[in-house]
Amino acid sequence: MWVEAKDMRNTLPRWEHFDHQSDVGVRGLGRSREEAFAQTAQALTAVVTDPARVVTRESVRVSCQAPDDEMLLVDWLNAVIYEMATRGMIFGRFTLVREGMRLDGEMVGERIDVERHQPAVEVKAATVTCLRVACDAEGVWTAQCVVDV
Amino acid sequence: MDPNRLLKKSDTEWWLAPSGRMRVPGIFFASEELVRAMDEKVLEQVANVAGLPGIVRASFAMPDAHWGYGFPIGGVAAFSAEAGGVISAGGVGFDISCGVRTLCTGLSIDEVEPRRAALADALFRAVPCGVGSTGPVRLSFSELNDLMLGGARWSVKKGFGKATDLETIEEDGAMAGADPEAVSPEAKKRQRDQLGTLGSGNHYLEVQEVAEIFAPEIAAAYQLRAGEVVVSIHCGSRGLGHQIGTDYLRSMLAEIGSYGTPLPERELACAPIDSALGRRYLGAMRAAMNCAMANRQVIAHLVRETFDEIFPAAELTLLYDVSHNTCKEEEHEVDGQNCRLFVHRKGATRAFGPGHPALPAVYRRVGQPVLVGGSMGTASYVLAGTTEGMGRAFGSAVHGAGRSLSRHEATRRWKGRAVVDALAGHGIVIRSPSLRGVAEEAPGAYKDVGAVVDAAEQAGLARKVVRLRPLVCIKG
Repeated sequence: MWVEAKDMRNTLPRWEHFDHQSDVGVRGLGRSREEAFAQTAQALTAVVTDPARVVTRESVRVSCQAPDDEMLLVDWLNAVIYEMATRGMIFGRFTLVREGMRLDGEMVGERIDVERHQPAVEVKAATVTCLRVACDAEGVWTAQCVVDV
Repeated sequence: MDPNRLLKKSDTEWWLAPSGRMRVPGIFFASEELVRAMDEKVLEQVANVAGLPGIVRASFAMPDAHWGYGFPIGGVAAFSAEAGGVISAGGVGFDISCGVRTLCTGLSIDEVEPRRAALADALFRAVPCGVGSTGPVRLSFSELNDLMLGGARWSVKKGFGKATDLETIEEDGAMAGADPEAVSPEAKKRQRDQLGTLGSGNHYLEVQEVAEIFAPEIAAAYQLRAGEVVVSIHCGSRGLGHQIGTDYLRSMLAEIGSYGTPLPERELACAPIDSALGRRYLGAMRAAMNCAMANRQVIAHLVRETFDEIFPAAELTLLYDVSHNTCKEEEHEVDGQNCRLFVHRKGATRAFGPGHPALPAVYRRVGQPVLVGGSMGTASYVLAGTTEGMGRAFGSAVHGAGRSLSRHEATRRWKGRAVVDALAGHGIVIRSPSLRGVAEEAPGAYKDVGAVVDAAEQAGLARKVVRLRPLVCIKG
């Protein structure tokens, strides 16, 4: 489940976790901002359970708006966390469309099944700790922050 | 952290002299070994907090301090509204009013031991825990509004527990000044079916034995006897607090520019206490404090029902209920003057000394019980607030062991089943819906709680009263 950084271009899109003493860092990498954001949400799911165990049978749509890319990432992840908490769901697939500073996202998943998902921990919130959204010279987008668990 | 960056005042007190934006010094209460074990980020965060407007006396780090959001976890900072002081959502945290409640059972270890596994199973069935769990009642928005005003008093009125419980809960079970109107509909929706749930992560319900007594007179006042079994509940304000933290961190970030408060890190987002946003946050945070106290009251009721089934003669009485993620308006003496201050305790427990008027009459002579959680394999402690501690860090002490390893590292080193088996070998029964969750919370991922409480005592923050040995741990 813990993916180590390899040759980035060959493994895009992908997600990974990074260390924080008491909580967990989530990072998504992709060829576009949207792809990186979707991967960060996948990393969020992996904080709770193995994403491969999630059956994608029910779709939920969310929208968010923020003044900059980094706050848009925080708002997006908090929207996912909110839907997880209020619907008792876990999501395994994310699709995003961005228009300016507005993001429309679709996430597909299922109700949490404790036996099958073995959920490790509940995510309380996305934070602005280690928050970064950036594109490198190779055109690889990185979106990351620490989530409170 | 390199202790050479600090000025050693004593074996358990280290100062970071003001420099740059710092308005006051940073003060670390810890042994040299604990200072060395702290992340470098703790020093940076203590220094950043010391630069916030209106901070009074110092930015403090408790012996269990570790890297948090803006403020370190194990951080204490007080602000004066008159001096332009601020309130920070990050300084309280997302798990508003997370805290510990301990109940005395009156049962001896010999009485509980033969039924230990049955008790573990029954508690695991009775107390909802883990991701996606729901509580015994689903609340309407109107009921939630009442709960946010009434706290544990609301729970008692609804039949969860006894009126006498309220006498030994911080703030008598209800925090004044809560404002349900300052709480978003999203936060209320997130809480609707979470009342009476433990949560997950480091939250737990433990059955413990009083294994060692350090201060017999205070232990007697707390009704704690060697070999007696107690129950401790560690959890907070659940979804309501998480969403209030999220909502107000966002609002404070959006408005921070208008207050002319330059911040070294966004995580320090805050608002002047004397501003519309500051007042709204205070009202919402107090509502979450009441939610946390109501939640622990309901869980205590579920625990009592379970004990009734297995030990019908047992009567569970409440030792104390105290939070460790709060900002409270308190009166403290500063330079010989009594001042009203807003004391942020982020992963730090209020520890008021003997004679303080906020204490229940039964504890006023000996000082406030300070409930300190350990990891599921080691120990928890009950400390007592001291007169000396009032002058050290505004009557504050430690809250737990504090993590030494990340969750990632813990799952790399340990497997959940092996942790459960190893703890069983030490006589500790674990029940949890998630083995991965158990691995992430493996005892080895935490600092030595004994070293933390020793440092707290040596620094004069609080006095050790008893050590509690875990018998059963229900892990969310």
